[in-house]
Amino acid sequence: MNPTEVMEPAKTEVKKKYKVIGTRPIRHDGVDKVTGRAVYGADVQLPGMLHGKVLRSPHAHALIKSINTEKAEALYGVKAVMTAADFPDAGSRTANLGELGEVPLKPMCDNVMASDKAVYHGHAVAAVAATSPHIAEEALKLIEVEYEVLPPVLDVVKAMDEDSPLLHEDLYTDELGEKSSRPSNVASHSRHVKGDVSQGFAEADHVLEREYRCATVHQGYIEPHAATAMWNPDGYLTMWVTTQGAFAVRTAVHQILDIPVSRLKVIPTEIGGGFGGKIPVYGEPVAAVLSRKARRPVKVVMDRTEVFLATGPTSGSYVKLKMGVTNEGRITAAETMLAYEAGGYPGSIVALGGICMFAPYNIDHTTIDMYDVVVNKPKTAAYRAPGAPNSEFAVECMLDEFCQILDMDPMEIRLKNGAKEGDIQSHGIPHPRIGCIETTEAARDCEHYQTPLEGPNRGRGVASGYWVNAGLTSSVTARLNGDGTVTLQEGSTDIGGTRTSIAMQLAEVLGIPVEDVVPSVVDTDSVGYTEVTGGSRVTFATGWAAYNAGQAIKSQLIEQAAEVWKVDKDQVTLADGVITTTNGDSRSMTIKELAANLSQKGIDVGSRETVTPQNHGGAYATHVVDVEVDPDTGKVTILRYTAVQDAGRAIHPSYVEGQMQGGVVQGIGWALNEEYFYNEEGNLMNASFLDYRMPTSLDLPMIETIIVEVPNPGHPYGVRGVGEVPIVPPQAAISNAIARAVGVRLGDLPMSPQTVVKALAAKS
Amino acid sequence: MAIVHIPALLHSLTGDVRKLEVEGRTVGDLIDQLELLYPGIRDRLVENGHLRSGLAIFVDGMVRREALEYEVPPKSEVLFVPAVAGG
Amino acid sequence: MAAKVHVTATINGEPVEFLCEPRQSLLEVLRDELKLTGSKEGCNNGNCGACSVILDGLLVDACIVLGAEIDGCSVETIEGLMDSEGLHPLQQTFLENAALQCGICTPGFIMAGKSLLEKNPQASEGDIRHWCAGNLCRCTGYDKIVRAILDAEPQLEVKK
Ligand code: FES
Ligand code: FES
Repeated sequence: MNPTEVMEPAKTEVKKKYKVIGTRPIRHDGVDKVTGRAVYGADVQLPGMLHGKVLRSPHAHALIKSINTEKAEALYGVKAVMTAADFPDAGSRTANLGELGEVPLKPMCDNVMASDKAVYHGHAVAAVAATSPHIAEEALKLIEVEYEVLPPVLDVVKAMDEDSPLLHEDLYTDELGEKSSRPSNVASHSRHVKGDVSQGFAEADHVLEREYRCATVHQGYIEPHAATAMWNPDGYLTMWVTTQGAFAVRTAVHQILDIPVSRLKVIPTEIGGGFGGKIPVYGEPVAAVLSRKARRPVKVVMDRTEVFLATGPTSGSYVKLKMGVTNEGRITAAETMLAYEAGGYPGSIVALGGICMFAPYNIDHTTIDMYDVVVNKPKTAAYRAPGAPNSEFAVECMLDEFCQILDMDPMEIRLKNGAKEGDIQSHGIPHPRIGCIETTEAARDCEHYQTPLEGPNRGRGVASGYWVNAGLTSSVTARLNGDGTVTLQEGSTDIGGTRTSIAMQLAEVLGIPVEDVVPSVVDTDSVGYTEVTGGSRVTFATGWAAYNAGQAIKSQLIEQAAEVWKVDKDQVTLADGVITTTNGDSRSMTIKELAANLSQKGIDVGSRETVTPQNHGGAYATHVVDVEVDPDTGKVTILRYTAVQDAGRAIHPSYVEGQMQGGVVQGIGWALNEEYFYNEEGNLMNASFLDYRMPTSLDLPMIETIIVEVPNPGHPYGVRGVGEVPIVPPQAAISNAIARAVGVRLGDLPMSPQTVVKALAAKS
Repeated sequence: MAIVHIPALLHSLTGDVRKLEVEGRTVGDLIDQLELLYPGIRDRLVENGHLRSGLAIFVDGMVRREALEYEVPPKSEVLFVPAVAGG
Repeated sequence: MAAKVHVTATINGEPVEFLCEPRQSLLEVLRDELKLTGSKEGCNNGNCGACSVILDGLLVDACIVLGAEIDGCSVETIEGLMDSEGLHPLQQTFLENAALQCGICTPGFIMAGKSLLEKNPQASEGDIRHWCAGNLCRCTGYDKIVRAILDAEPQLEVKK
């Protein structure tokens, strides 16, 4: 299918007993991963391979006056040294970001390696390839860089001040094509208006206005970025990369290095977590240039400090929110201003924060102003439901405050205002069929919520969340083998068991066991164009491509069987792996029998499918959490946690639960501990796992899950994306639980022990 | 004839007209018609002959990647929404 | 560069000899010199447990042990867990419980689980959470990992 075509809503198959869907098979790549055999980014080893290391700016904001690499080049074992001068001049070239349009290439190149200015602590400025990683590290110490240090800009609100130091003298605020008269750290301002908020506030009986802040947080995947490049003298470049999208890497490297895509093959390795952070490129173009200069393969692996300093994170944010409700609990109006950190270059995900913010509720009057602001921190990347936790945190906290004012149950206010199919969202698009109400009802009725919580300093919090999900383009190639099994090649990198959830959809069509489908993730030369594993889209969209491949194979098998039997193909059907005639002569054969027959005759059965479906539906979640606050230390303990979520249709329920549990725990980390801590010079002070402090097994109880299934009418099996929305509710659910436990409302994340203690002291 | 929703930041150009019926075969035609009514609006939506980067066109709730070339069915609702990428 | 050190050790039951630089960690030796890349590097400073191996019966982070230190020692890594009957019970229960998503933390967790159950064959949920606090997983929220280790207990009992 032509990727520019739009997939119209398919009719969801009526709920029936599925043979494969809804079961919990062992994943196809499982044995490789429990035996240590799976090859991840850093595991790639090539003959003659060198090790690349990157020199990084010790300053958050500094002009680069000169770089002298002579001494490094002279060190024994060093085979190549590079700086940004080795990249082709970005000049006025643009990068095509697909749906996001054309953007200037220079910031993208400069983020990979600074050319004239370092805009965050840890910004890459030079790189070395040597025969061992230790020699490469020694060589970095020999590179002399002369900096002119500038004052750093670290706070998103202060960055917006007219007299703030500027990151980029040539950056002007864009308001749909209109540029500000003076340069600014505000890269863009956009706005959604629905109805008339002044009328809405006039209808309200209670109005609250509050500010909410989220610290900068990192995705925290356990596998650091790793890229290996082999540049051949004939101009062919092969790369082994741990990435959420091999094609995205191909595009970025092609643009930055200005080489044809046809000369560039990206082989995705297994990937040790991404959560949005493994979409941009960092060391990939560096490894390629070093390989070209050294004429040997080069592997560039980051260490943990580099990951914290220079990749991810997601936007810290400032949100101002005003909402009004009636005495009956109806939300009449909401007005908000969102300012999100973009990091050193423009391009935060504030627009997604705006779109998702009010989506769980039907509100007649809303105004949303969104600001994308550069600060001296790493260029932000997507992080699970990017943008949504920051803005929805504000709404969910404020709703809980209204509940206390109105003495209303938190589930009741959410049900009363809950969004339904056809409701117009704040950006003007109507909701498709969504499971907002059903999810909230399931949360209200669950055993956890129905069981009273007792004890001092304990409180129960509730919050909901919405994530828009994504469709985008996915491709698969499927081929029937002579033994009746199907090999399935796909372009979506598998971060959490999607080989299996995709294969299950093909198996379901043919009625064969999922073990008879053999999925593999292949390189950019071996499958059709596929966008990144992100937006909770893989089981939805790549699964749909596999469904189509299954349908194509099914009709080819029916045709071939009709040929064998010399009957009309309308008189042949295929179900449960068996092909039969329907004309009463009761002939039948299994797929395996027919496959053997066809393979003998040299007849190929298979299909190549590309889809760009849009009807991804939105995902809803409602969470319930019980906490206990230690009033002396401020430590918040999670006593019990239940996550309820609409999955549309859970293809592999274990992995749906896994997504929910993983998202919840990242949300708990975001709520209670995680933050980028900078000193006044703009140096990141906690660039290690020990100091960044993600949740460990000891910090948590079991995470209970309830899957609601409101089938998405836009997918053949009713699938909705499930991966991202579970990170949205925890922050507010925990803040609300703390408020009910000890009577303080916290609007700034993280709610670390010292914050809680301070708030308790201020209260008494 | 399609119903075009004017982006909020351009309401100042249209005297707070937020949506209106416009004649045209493609999205590009609709914008040309808007330009006749509200001079200057085209430059806010179109850049170098293409839809401005960072904008997406939704027609009846669906993104249309054909952008300006997309042929709008009669009575459809056309929106310009800041484009976003997922994570 | 300091002279290389000659080391003799037992790895997964096999005698091995190698030369390493004094500054190379056990993790580097396993991965780069012996090509045993099943042990992973998540932090290289003892914070994440992705490199967990068992050294003379003790669970250690291979990234903060020097390669030269293992002379005369016995090391177990994820690569040595399978036996002639197939997967180790922990490997099987991790699969059955969907206790891995990306899988980068899995070798470390399985080694940590093995070392715990050798000492405490009836470890409770609390024991497991305490023991595994040195292993980070960013994908699963730990729920299914804890269940997988609990599930392995009766199977290991039978195996004995
Ligand atoms: S790599 Fe050894 S503990 Fe993290
Ligand atoms: S499964 Fe990804 S870190 Fe544990």
